[in-house]
Amino acid sequence: MEQHNKKAWLYMLPAALFLGLFLVYPLIDVLIYSLEEGYNFASQTYWGVGGYNYSYVLHDPYFLQALKNTFLLVIITVPVSTGLALVIALGLSSIQKLREAYQTIFFLPYVTNTLAVGLVFMILFQKTPYTDGLVNRILGWFGVAPIDFIQGPYWAKMLTLCVYTVWVVLPFKILILTSALASVDQSYYNAAKVDGTSKARIFTRITLPMISPTMFYLVITGFIGAFKAYSDVVALFGTDLNAAGMNTIVGYVYDMLYGTAGGYPSYASAAAMILFAIVLTITCVNLLVSRKHVHYE
Amino acid sequence: MNVTLENLTKVFPARGKKGSGDVTAVKDFSLRIPDGALVGLLGPSGCGKSTTLNLLSGLLTPTGGRIYFGEEEVTRLPPEHRGVGLVFQNYALYPHMTVQQNITFPLENRKGKDKLTKKEMADKALEAAKLVQIQDLMDRKPKELSGGQQQRVAIARALVKMPGVLLLDEPLSNLDARLRLQTREEIRRIQRSTGITTIFVTHDQEEAMSISDLIVVMKEGVIQQTGKPQQVYDDPANLFVARFLGTPPIHVFDASVKNKTLYIGEAPVLPVPGAPDGPVYAAVRPEGFVPEQEGPLVCQFHRVEVMGRDVSLVASHPNCQNTPIRAIIRAQTDVHAQDGRVRFRLDPGKVFLFDTQTEARIRF
Repeated sequence: MEQHNKKAWLYMLPAALFLGLFLVYPLIDVLIYSLEEGYNFASQTYWGVGGYNYSYVLHDPYFLQALKNTFLLVIITVPVSTGLALVIALGLSSIQKLREAYQTIFFLPYVTNTLAVGLVFMILFQKTPYTDGLVNRILGWFGVAPIDFIQGPYWAKMLTLCVYTVWVVLPFKILILTSALASVDQSYYNAAKVDGTSKARIFTRITLPMISPTMFYLVITGFIGAFKAYSDVVALFGTDLNAAGMNTIVGYVYDMLYGTAGGYPSYASAAAMILFAIVLTITCVNLLVSRKHVHYE
Repeated sequence: MNVTLENLTKVFPARGKKGSGDVTAVKDFSLRIPDGALVGLLGPSGCGKSTTLNLLSGLLTPTGGRIYFGEEEVTRLPPEHRGVGLVFQNYALYPHMTVQQNITFPLENRKGKDKLTKKEMADKALEAAKLVQIQDLMDRKPKELSGGQQQRVAIARALVKMPGVLLLDEPLSNLDARLRLQTREEIRRIQRSTGITTIFVTHDQEEAMSISDLIVVMKEGVIQQTGKPQQVYDDPANLFVARFLGTPPIHVFDASVKNKTLYIGEAPVLPVPGAPDGPVYAAVRPEGFVPEQEGPLVCQFHRVEVMGRDVSLVASHPNCQNTPIRAIIRAQTDVHAQDGRVRFRLDPGKVFLFDTQTEARIRF
C-alpha cells in the first residue's frame, strides 16, 4: 500500500509541479497582491494589509460599468447562443442534403481570427461620414433612421457586442450539439414513435434529457467564457474601453495593469479576485441546478 | 387479431453515387397469422426478417403489397395508429426515466377522450409490471437492472397499452444462455396469458422452434417455408431450410440415385422408389443414423461423446460436406466399431433428397 502510494505520487509529480507553478502559485500571489494596500510597483513595498483595494475597486465607477457590461453580456448571450445553437443543430440533424456543406459554413467563424471578425462587424455596423454601414442600410428599408452601433448610444453598442459574441461562440456550440444529437440512439425515437409520442414531447421528454450533459457543459463553459470576455470587445470598440463605456471586468484588470492609467497591480488583483468569486459562485449554482436536471447515463 | 400480409415487398434504394443497385430486403412476402398465435420469423442475418417486423410496426413503409390487422388495412398507417407494441433488440428503455415512468410513457401520449388520469395510468402500469413480475422494481432506473429485468420492463412497456399485435425484435439475443432459456419460457407464458398475437424475429432456430406456434423461415427476403416447428423440421421444403433447422446440423452428402436406390459413394444405402436417377444431395438428420453391424453406410469412427441421455457418435465420411458427422444415438445402444469403422443404417424418415441445381426437395 505504502509502496503504491509513493509510486502514485511520483506519477502525479510532473503535472502537480506544472499546475502548482503556473496555476496555484499565481492564484495565491494574486490573492496576496489584492490584500496589500498601497503597493508600489517600483519599490516593491506596501503600507499594510487589508480590504482597501476591494473597497476602491467596488467604488470605482469604471469597474461598476465593467461589471454591468459583463453581466448584461453573460445574461443575454449565454441563453441566446445556446438556444440558437440547439435550434440550428436540430435543423442540421434533420436534413439529409447539404448537411456537410451547412456544417462547414456554420463552423467557419470558429477558425476565423477574432480581430478580423471584429473588422467585418465594424464594416457591417459602423456609421461614418461616408456610409451608414450595411446594417443601417437594411434598417433604412424599414424606415429606421441610421444608428451608430459602434460609437452611438449604449444600447446600440451593447446590441452589437451581443450579436458579435453570439456569432463568435455559435460554431463551437453547434458542433458539440450536432454530435450530441447524433449520438442519441435512433431506437429511442422509434420506440417513442410507435407509442404515438408527439414531436414536441419527443423533444422535451427524450431528446433534451439525453443531451442534457452536453447542454450543461455548454452553459457552464459559456458562462465562464462570457465572464472572461475582453478580446471581442477590443475588436469592436478599440482599446480605450472606459471611454467607450464598454469595458468588461477582464478589460478593467488589464487597464489597471498596463493601460494608460495603469500600474496598479493591487487593484487589478482585487478585480480579478472578484471575477474569480463571481465565476465560482455561478458555476456552483450551475452544478446544484444540474443535479436535478442533467441525466448522465 | 388476425394479421395478414399480402405480397409485401420492400426495396431500399441504392445508396450514394457508387451504389450497386437497389436492395430488395423483403420480396413478395405473403403470410396469414391467426389470432393469438406466436410466430417466429427465422433466418440468417440480412434475410429481411427485421425489415418485415419494421413494416409491421409501421416504422418502414412497404414498396408494394398490403398489411391487414384484422379486417383493417394498415399498410400506409403511421406506427402510432396501428396499436402495436414493439420490443427493441436493445430494449430502448429511456435511461433517464424510472421503470414506472418508462411503462407509463406510452399512456401519457394519449389525447382527448382516451386520456387517462394519473391513477388509471399507475394502475395499468402496475398491472403490466405484475404480468412480467417486475412490480418491485418500479422506482429503479434501467441501468440499475439486469439484462433480463430490462427485457421484462421493455415487454411491460409494450404491453401496457394493450396492443393488438406484439412485435419482438431479437428478444433474447442480449441475454446470457441461462437467462435466454428462462426468458423464452416467460415470453411464451406472457403471450399465452394475454392472448395477444405475437411476432418475433430471431436468427436462433432453437429459440424459434421451442416457443413458436408457427415459424417462418426466410432467406434473402423470400419466405422459404412456413409451418409448425416440428412439421418444418420433419419436412423441409429445400436444402436451406433443412440446413438451417436442427442442432447438431443436418449432414449433407454428395450422393446419387441409380435404379431407385440411393448411393453414397459406391454403397447403396437406401431404396428410393420415387426419385429419378441422377446426382442428388442426401441430407441426414443426426438422429437418422442407426448403428448396425451390417449397415450399408461405412464411416470412419472417431470417438463417442457422452451427453447423458444421448451419446453423440463422431465419425467421418469422404462424401459428407460438413464433417465430422455427429450421430445422435440412445445411450444404451452398443456401438460396434471394428477396425476403426462404424456402420450405419439410415432411417428413411430422417433422410431428405435435394436437387443439386435448384436445391429443391425431391420426394421419394
